[in-house]
Amino acid sequence: MTVQPAATRVPDSFATLVAPHLDYLYAFAYKLCGERTAAEDIVQDALVRAFRARDSLRNPAQPRHWLTKVVLSAALDRERHERPHDQDVPLEDERFSLFDTLVEEDPFPYSDRLHLDFLDLFDDDNLTAAIQRMNPSYRATLVLAYVYGYKAREIAELMGTTTGTVLARLHRGRKQLERALWEYAKQRGLLKGESRR
Amino acid sequence: MIACREAVERLWGYLDRNLERRQEEELEQHLGLCRHCCGELEFSKQVRAKLASSGETGLSSTGRERLEEFVRRLGE
Repeated sequence: MTVQPAATRVPDSFATLVAPHLDYLYAFAYKLCGERTAAEDIVQDALVRAFRARDSLRNPAQPRHWLTKVVLSAALDRERHERPHDQDVPLEDERFSLFDTLVEEDPFPYSDRLHLDFLDLFDDDNLTAAIQRMNPSYRATLVLAYVYGYKAREIAELMGTTTGTVLARLHRGRKQLERALWEYAKQRGLLKGESRR
Repeated sequence: MIACREAVERLWGYLDRNLERRQEEELEQHLGLCRHCCGELEFSKQVRAKLASSGETGLSSTGRERLEEFVRRLGE
């Protein structure tokens, strides 16, 4: 009898296959949608899709990449159906610079680390809420690239698009992220004008 | 030499190592002479680090039980 090493052992049921990845899948879905109940719904939807397509899984010993793709697809489909895109932070002024805006508006006049103080306003929950104002495709691209460390060509494969499109989304996504952070901080009253140090 | 606007456009691509060699050289030449864009570069690193450091939001124990039960039923 041949015994496979633990790292490459193929799970004998779908439940065994996905169980070690549930926390990761939920965290990823939460980053994409910013809401805990919705994140659970997305994971359930993704699990149904993955179960139906389980024969297409090429490497059952390492299903994370495949499951990431399914959750991403479920999350973006949900966004398309449930969230009107006119809620996105507008991109009409691509010259917006958060770096310059902070210098000009000077929300912390006595700070000697103005830009870092601004970023410190964002704990995980605020950051996740702020990025919900972005276009879903841009947000997903930024999350994959900077939270999970995927390369542009890997994101292209996950999203079913070209590397050029991913690079364009990274660029536009960065501009939208800067606006989203600034507008969220203003609207949520995070900028009080007093020095934080 | 490229203008500040062009330089700023390239910063994240530069940090991602997604620029062509010529674009990278033009940017580095600009950064060697422009304090403002060096500040933008530093801030770009900080924003990226902020995204990268955002923590994992774990499942609650009841959420995990719900999902595990859901997966078990899928297989029946």
